[in-house]
Amino acid sequence: MCLAIPALVKSIEGNEAEVELGGISRKISILLTPEVKVGDYVLLHTGYAINVIDEEEAMETLELLTEMASMEG
Amino acid sequence: MRFIDEFRNAELARVVIDRIHRRSKRHIRLMEFCGGHTVTILKHGIRQLLPPTVEMLSGPGCPVCVTANADLDKAIALAREPGVIIATFGDMLKVPGSYSSLQKVRADGADVRVVYSTLDALQIARENPERAVVFIGIGFETTAPTIAASVLQAEEEGIKNYYVLSMHKLCPPVIKALLNSGEVRLDGLICPGHVSAIIGSRPWGFAARDYGIACVVSGFEPLDVLQSVAMLVEQLEKGEPKVEIAYRRGVRPEGNLRAQELMNAVFEPSPANWRGIGVVPESGLRLRKEYQRFDAELSFDIDPGPTLEPKGCLCGDILRGVKTPIDCELFGDACTPEHPVGPCMVSSEGSCASYYHYGTL
Repeated sequence: MCLAIPALVKSIEGNEAEVELGGISRKISILLTPEVKVGDYVLLHTGYAINVIDEEEAMETLELLTEMASMEG
Repeated sequence: MRFIDEFRNAELARVVIDRIHRRSKRHIRLMEFCGGHTVTILKHGIRQLLPPTVEMLSGPGCPVCVTANADLDKAIALAREPGVIIATFGDMLKVPGSYSSLQKVRADGADVRVVYSTLDALQIARENPERAVVFIGIGFETTAPTIAASVLQAEEEGIKNYYVLSMHKLCPPVIKALLNSGEVRLDGLICPGHVSAIIGSRPWGFAARDYGIACVVSGFEPLDVLQSVAMLVEQLEKGEPKVEIAYRRGVRPEGNLRAQELMNAVFEPSPANWRGIGVVPESGLRLRKEYQRFDAELSFDIDPGPTLEPKGCLCGDILRGVKTPIDCELFGDACTPEHPVGPCMVSSEGSCASYYHYGTL
């Protein structure tokens, strides 16, 4: 029910954006994420972007885990 | 897909599992609040990968499952009203109420339409100005802002035939109620990622501060959940329970302020009736006075009749974490996803459906 999946923002017009997810394009509402820019990934939930994905944080999380692997490997 | 595949990396997962095995000394009980996390845990066999010191319990974080029969009966009664179109998320269709379900009344001729979004429900309202369109508003803080947005949109466009049956529920108050009941002993909580995307991590502070519960906000891929378990083990071994975010790509401490603003503009906290838990104060959302004309409950004179509970169904106990699906005599026999007795077998993220699909070990 609280499922939200990453979608890539391709274009923006007013409160709407066209996003791509897994090769499919669809229109969504960006009313809840007015800060979103073309090229951002958003978390898409029931037709609305509920947050902009923070790419830097994602990379840092993966680096942290990779570091853990190299320390323990 | 980006931001999904990276967080399913088996090699990194093995490292995190090794770390959990090495660090975990004392026996701890962790609850994953969210049904989405239950699915990840069962689907990827995460319980079997954890050391015996780490016990996992499923919580009440499935909006369909926690909707009380009395509320389901209201939705079904509305569907029977002449001229009404019900717009609902698909998960609600098969959930049995006291006497029927939305699916059954649809078979009997009621106009019940499955929508993906409130945006679709609004479109149905625009296309059918002579009919009343009632959106069945279920969901937690993740979904409530999208329903609020639809009400504001209807107001702006002057759409007069759009209504919401608000059965929204709020997560932190129910966790507090569970902890207060003393029925389940917990050491740590995997906090719901997409609820927290909206409300932030701060509303979980009370659990760490007042109850000594370690809290980590988690994403939904297997690596996210494993990382969260590792962080919880770390906190508990050090004896320093606090609130941390593992799902940092999706959740900020303050949450989504715009979404909170819209939600608070349209809704106000109200008591809510949770299946198996009962009425919890300030754990639901009702439309504020200025938006009451959108309130389906106030706009239609419905009589759902007395509430009946399904005989032998353990959904309530399962939602509180005191029983598991395999304790239920109906599980897999009288109650299956095709013929569900209780809602935990209907919703794809209900504990019973997850156990049914992904094994019961």
